[in-house]
Amino acid sequence: MVEHILEVEHLVKSYDKKHIVLNDISFSLKKGEVVVFVGPSGCGKSTFLRCLNKLEPIDSGEIRLNGEIIARGEETKNKKVHEIRQKIGMVFQSYELFPNMTILENITLSPVIVQKRQKQEVQKEAEALLRRVGLLEKKDAYPRQLSGGQKQRVAIVRSLIMNPDILLLDEITAALDPEMVREVLQVVLELAKDGMTMAIVTHEMEFAKAVADRVLFLDKGKIVEEDTPKQFFESPKTERAKQFLNTFHYETVDDIEEKE
Amino acid sequence: MQDLGIQVLFQGSNFTRLLQGLFVSLRISLIAMIFSICLGILFGVIMTSKHPVVRAVCRFYLEVVRIMPQLVLLFLVYFGVAKHFGINLSGEVAGIIVFTFWGTAEMGDLVRSALIAIPVHQYESGYALGMTKQQVFVHIVIPQTIRRLLPSAVNLLTRMIKTTSLVVLIGVVEVVKVGKQIIDANRYTTPSSAIWVYGMIFLLYFMICFPFSKIAGILERRLKD
Repeated sequence: MVEHILEVEHLVKSYDKKHIVLNDISFSLKKGEVVVFVGPSGCGKSTFLRCLNKLEPIDSGEIRLNGEIIARGEETKNKKVHEIRQKIGMVFQSYELFPNMTILENITLSPVIVQKRQKQEVQKEAEALLRRVGLLEKKDAYPRQLSGGQKQRVAIVRSLIMNPDILLLDEITAALDPEMVREVLQVVLELAKDGMTMAIVTHEMEFAKAVADRVLFLDKGKIVEEDTPKQFFESPKTERAKQFLNTFHYETVDDIEEKE
Repeated sequence: MQDLGIQVLFQGSNFTRLLQGLFVSLRISLIAMIFSICLGILFGVIMTSKHPVVRAVCRFYLEVVRIMPQLVLLFLVYFGVAKHFGINLSGEVAGIIVFTFWGTAEMGDLVRSALIAIPVHQYESGYALGMTKQQVFVHIVIPQTIRRLLPSAVNLLTRMIKTTSLVVLIGVVEVVKVGKQIIDANRYTTPSSAIWVYGMIFLLYFMICFPFSKIAGILERRLKD
């Protein structure tokens, strides 16, 4: 039997009890698996990621991490929420480095104060990780001195150093200039190669194709299609997915003229 | 002789007396400022509360302080307390109370706006790294709030130093009052002394407040990049 790191059963999430964002989602993630969520904006994919590390409460359903229930519809408050979040790293669209700290301080803060690890050991690991993403020489710089792509790589390192079981990436390239996108996605590809378990929300279809073991297509709060990337991008089963993928194609001027 | 006006400043102990007066002004404003910072931080945190009644009370307090002239507040505290509670406050204590009352409200509003200026995502990225609410507050929110707060807090302090001149009216002998005494004492011998004495007071205020506003300016610029 394959071990599932994360299991989600019948998750329902609404805002103000009226507007349903996620409707009965069931999903599971195996160790080392990379799942990419795609879908039109407003389909609930980012909200779903936020539910997974409990930044958003859920209405009903259940989320289990390593077999242990971490979120449930009925529960109100969970005291251990910060312990759960240590195991689920998350990187945001807008990087959100702490502006008043250097790059190294940004990375080492949480391991030191949350996991109570030795500062020196953490610093060594941080430097090793920074070297890996090619940013070691920036360790004493402040976030404002870095480009968007560099900031995002630091944000990834900051999550990684907590040794999470799962990494959630929420549109991490959406705020970047096109030429920065690649350097960030390269880092993610390498993580995938090393066997990191990841749930990724992205609008970069080429990247999704390259990194995903499985693609989930969400629309209106439901999983509409679930497939291997090859299947999904080459021959999507549902009409809705076909429409969605078509929006990434542009007809050439000649094509349009031919039609007319 | 007309041109001897400036000499008045250095006759006898006049200059030291002016400095002593200045010291009184500074003492009142600094003590009031220290109280204002402590209470203001507390008040600012309370002001970010979502509870409608708490918000309304805070709002009311802030508006009262802003609308009411400080002079009226001074009279209220100095004469009102004496009349209704039979407590005889010294002018200086009354001044400190009033300026603290005022400073707390202003400081609280500054703290409030600094707190809400921190983006939700900063909190969330702290939470996502496994920090507790308390850790996020101590390590992420407070340091950033202080950075945002420093320039405006220094500005408040200079405003407070200048406003202390009002305590003359409840009998505190501070720098402006000392100046007035010197002018009055020399009215017949050197009628032109007023311009020199007030000029000196202007200089003294300037020497105190200018470095502060300079510091505020530097802090503000450092904060931008």
